[in-house]
Amino acid sequence: MSWVVPSLWLIPVLPAVAAGVIALAPRRCRRFASGAAIGSMGVSLVLSLVAFMHTVGLVSRGAESRQVFNFTWFQFGDKVLPLGWVLDPLSAVMLVMVCFVGLLIFIYSLGYMAHDDNFTRFFCFLALFAGAMLGVVIANSLLLLFICWELVGLTSYLLIGFWFHRPTAAAAARKAFITTRVGDMAFLIGMVWLYAGTGTLLFYDAGKGCLETTAIHSLVMRATGVGMAASTGISLLIFLGAVGKSGQLPLHVWLPDAMEGPTPVSALIHAATMVAAGVFLVARVYPLMAVTAPEAAPPAIQAPAVAVAGQTERAGESHGATSQSHEGQHGGAPVSTALKVVTWTGVLTALFAASIAVAQTDIKRILAYSTVSQLGFMMMGLGAGGVAVGMFHLITHAFFKALLFMGAGSVIHGCHEEQDIRRMGGLKAFMPVTYMTYAVGMMALSGVPLLFSGFWSKDEILHAVQAWPVSSLPFVLGLAAALLTAFYMTRQMAYVFFGPCRLKHSASHGTHSKRAESTPHESPRVMTVPLIILAVFAVLLGFFGTPVWPWFQSFLEGRAARIDAGRLFTVGTLGLIGLSTLVVFGGIYAGWRLYGRRPPRKAEAADPLEAIYPEGYAVLRNKYYIDELYDLSVVRVTHWCGRMSDWLDQTLWAGAVRLVSFGFVALSWLSRLFDEYVVNAGFDQGCRKLITGGSGFSRLQTGRVRHYLGMLALGFVVLVLVMLWRWRP
Amino acid sequence: MSLSYNDTVLSLLIFSPLVAALVAGFIRSENGLRWFTLLVTAALAVFSLPLYSRFDPSTADFQFLINSEWIPALKIRYAIGIDGISLLLVLLTTLIMPLCVLASWRYITTRVREFMICLLVMETAMVGVFCALDFILFFVFWEAMLIPMALLIGVWGGPRKVYASLKFFVYTMSGSVFLLVAIIALYVQVDSWSIPEMMGRPYSEGFQRWVFLAFFISFAIKVPMFPFHTWLPAAHVEAPTAGSVLLASILLKMGTYGFVRFALPITPAAVQFFTPAIMWLSVIAIVYGGFTALAQTDLKKLVAYSSVAHMGFATLGIFALNKAGLEGAVLVMINHGITTGALFIVVGIIYERLHTRELDKTAGMGRNMPIFATFAGVFALSSLAFPGTNSFIGEFLVLAGGFQVSKSMMLFVVPGVVLAAAYMLRMLQRVAYGGTRNPDHSGVKDLCFREIATLTPLLVFVFWIGLHPAPFMRVMETSVQKVLQQAQAGAPVAATPPVAVLP
Repeated sequence: MSWVVPSLWLIPVLPAVAAGVIALAPRRCRRFASGAAIGSMGVSLVLSLVAFMHTVGLVSRGAESRQVFNFTWFQFGDKVLPLGWVLDPLSAVMLVMVCFVGLLIFIYSLGYMAHDDNFTRFFCFLALFAGAMLGVVIANSLLLLFICWELVGLTSYLLIGFWFHRPTAAAAARKAFITTRVGDMAFLIGMVWLYAGTGTLLFYDAGKGCLETTAIHSLVMRATGVGMAASTGISLLIFLGAVGKSGQLPLHVWLPDAMEGPTPVSALIHAATMVAAGVFLVARVYPLMAVTAPEAAPPAIQAPAVAVAGQTERAGESHGATSQSHEGQHGGAPVSTALKVVTWTGVLTALFAASIAVAQTDIKRILAYSTVSQLGFMMMGLGAGGVAVGMFHLITHAFFKALLFMGAGSVIHGCHEEQDIRRMGGLKAFMPVTYMTYAVGMMALSGVPLLFSGFWSKDEILHAVQAWPVSSLPFVLGLAAALLTAFYMTRQMAYVFFGPCRLKHSASHGTHSKRAESTPHESPRVMTVPLIILAVFAVLLGFFGTPVWPWFQSFLEGRAARIDAGRLFTVGTLGLIGLSTLVVFGGIYAGWRLYGRRPPRKAEAADPLEAIYPEGYAVLRNKYYIDELYDLSVVRVTHWCGRMSDWLDQTLWAGAVRLVSFGFVALSWLSRLFDEYVVNAGFDQGCRKLITGGSGFSRLQTGRVRHYLGMLALGFVVLVLVMLWRWRP
Repeated sequence: MSLSYNDTVLSLLIFSPLVAALVAGFIRSENGLRWFTLLVTAALAVFSLPLYSRFDPSTADFQFLINSEWIPALKIRYAIGIDGISLLLVLLTTLIMPLCVLASWRYITTRVREFMICLLVMETAMVGVFCALDFILFFVFWEAMLIPMALLIGVWGGPRKVYASLKFFVYTMSGSVFLLVAIIALYVQVDSWSIPEMMGRPYSEGFQRWVFLAFFISFAIKVPMFPFHTWLPAAHVEAPTAGSVLLASILLKMGTYGFVRFALPITPAAVQFFTPAIMWLSVIAIVYGGFTALAQTDLKKLVAYSSVAHMGFATLGIFALNKAGLEGAVLVMINHGITTGALFIVVGIIYERLHTRELDKTAGMGRNMPIFATFAGVFALSSLAFPGTNSFIGEFLVLAGGFQVSKSMMLFVVPGVVLAAAYMLRMLQRVAYGGTRNPDHSGVKDLCFREIATLTPLLVFVFWIGLHPAPFMRVMETSVQKVLQQAQAGAPVAATPPVAVLP
């Protein structure tokens, strides 16, 4: 199977080529476009599965599971800039996930976008996105990753603005691009720094890569001006890129607005794959993030203990620890600053976004904030528990969140483009398949115990933060976020699928007014079958990462997994399972009590929570006024600066130029006067006056430039003379 | 003297446009003139291509040399030749010229003959500047360029053409005066006008500083560097499309080319002394240009200010004085020529259809012009240095080079890069996509074959350099190396060795 790694490039290139071909095809070739996109994605999926099985084989044989293929892109000076790709458990898992979810969403789009005029363009963008995303996954060079990363951002921009004739969509697209670009520029600077520090951007290169011990060793020993290690500075800058892409605080504002795009896009890009790219990036550069310098020891004397949490299994005392170490996950190793930042960002985002989701009424926006919150969970898992913990949630989340978004799309489709949950209700009866699959997704997201994948992956994260030696606060906040998750999902279910149908009363506006009079309907088979498949996976995936059989975790660490039921029955594990079960059911109960028992009859009825606590509800409903705050600060200041520098340009700099030229003109007038009245004094003055009398004004006009140039020449001669005299040979 | 390709190519490239300009004087029909100029410029473009394959990238010496007497009494010689850096710029010039003719096909309807003659004379002067190895010869071409350019603006320009033309002429002219002073001062020291002979001489440091300042004023106006940039928006706004394209693609490069060709090798000690100040000016230009571009509503002004920002990258890279920086800067020069030239053609296409360049009035053209929107989108992305397009590699290398000099300075560049996204997307969004509240452009036709033919070569280069820059890096390699050696070896005690990474 040695051909697998060298031909890995086919996986991203196939959809990208398909995108190019579709772009050239005329607009009416709809079947060709969708066929090319789905076909290329299918082949990529097959190749991904082959690559995945290849890696599984390597891991089970205990062989080195990371294989790279590098090549030179271009040379400058004596330096080469190589690119390459890597097949390791991390990329293998991501490949399969992206291809699989992507393929299902492509198929689903056949139904969802069937009536759109720009069907071919849509598939072109989708395929391009898939190619770029797969490029991010297999990149073995931070530069290649960055290139694909930006391309992913571009397709996201194009797809959010797909219905560009809607002003909101166009604005949302631009907001997404620019917000993420803020993070990306930090990423770029971090990358440049990394390059300056290690001389390479390859991750793995037979010991010379920037994630391998030698390079990291040199970075961690190097202090920066502000007293942190270079590795910390670089990690934080790269993390800022991830913050932008994964919608973490404070750059989360673009993600909810991105829901202006078509729903398959929301499912594929803004829930399952692209936004997870940030989490993936952190996982990819994890060795850099996790490295810590030995404390309080002069670097020259003591050799650094390059400790990479999650890879070393050392049990021991954690300094300042408040909780016990958990199964040696990262016992005594000190937690690096970068990982602390990652964890705290994740925790705050998880809670913050979950609380906003409670008060939203747009079905997709609720899911969007839920995505932000879940991405926070992933970051939390990465920061506190290591690559496997975060990545497991990433994978399970990709499936159930894609399921939820496509379910939401099905609901929107069935309700004739209605997105407000207050105007839905009772859809259980009309759309049984959507209802059942949506319920599975909701339970997976809420983390209903034992059967659903979301439970196991979230539990893993909570487990990790519980054992986090730095602070115990994230554990409490994480539980609170989990409670809110269960609450808002129950609220949404109650609004959408239960109670009376509130659709007919209000849906008579918009372009679909004719069809809107009819009742909601179930979506076609091409949309429901992907839902069912995803629902099955939303359940099944959990069993690959239970404490009994932590296959996923072992696989990512390159070890074969063993079944050990004993691990489940330790006090810590069981206790946490009990606690999180309690939390989930608490949330569901609260949600059901408020929304499910007495469902609102009318769409205009106040939200029950609003009735209880209107001020708090208003704050949440307005998303803590973050958008308004940014509008007042960043946006205003930028535009003010723009106007300011424009004004400077027109007054100060142009004024300075004018002043200089006036100076010259004044001088030339002086010289003219001198010429006329001193040099030429008495010489037929009267005659000259006669001539100038009538045409004085025009003389002034033409004389100006001539005199000006004359003065230039004079000055030039003086300068030459000065210089000649000053440096005579 | 043999008449092989290598011996004659540069002279032919320089003087055949001049001959063609003479011939054009006798052509009556307007279409005949257009075709004639197009054929001449296209033929020259094709004729210049073998330069690349015959160029020997392994040596930093000047190639395709011609060195013969011109005015013996004054020791002025006709000396021309190119190295890797000027090779790329010559090729850029010959490539852009036919596109300029195509872009003016319908735009210019009055005095077509004079217009084409101006274009041809411009080509002579521009190629001459990049090839000249004798300082007087260089200066002749340098000044000769101003007249046709000022005419292009002043005769075929917009409503305030006379003002803009005069401002352009006087502003750049006053810069040239300083250049001439520097040239004469150098001549007095070296007793030769030969540019290669002036390099690497042990001038005193005080002398170098004065000469450098004279260079600086002249080149900084040409680039234009902040705060000498105010002539640029005025000139761009009034110039016809071809004028804007030539101005942005080629003329601005003369400033940065001057820094690389003269300032660095001839006055290395002064360069070391002034580098921090110039780097900061470049950073200011990047951020300031970005902010100002964001505030513009006139498309040409927007692109003009983006030019200021991009050229800031070029000067930043040059004065980083390391390999990554300088190679990046040369690449930025080429890229800017391609991308900004293309953007001006795009703006010209809009103007030909709507007779306005106001952002609000041009909105929403993309709905009826999908091909146009695609082209505009690619060039806008290239302008904001999107990875995979040409500008990214140039700016990445410049950042990498600048980073080796000062980390904190690079942090100040970041807002400029984000701003580039902001103003370019703002433009793209309005022009290509636009909302429903905009005027109806349903009568507007999409690009015709001629316009597609104008933009396609530039599109090819956007992706070629973006995805496979190796052929372009290869030829400039040793030349850049030599410039750097001269810039560093010549530096006396005051110069600190380049620090790889600051602690």
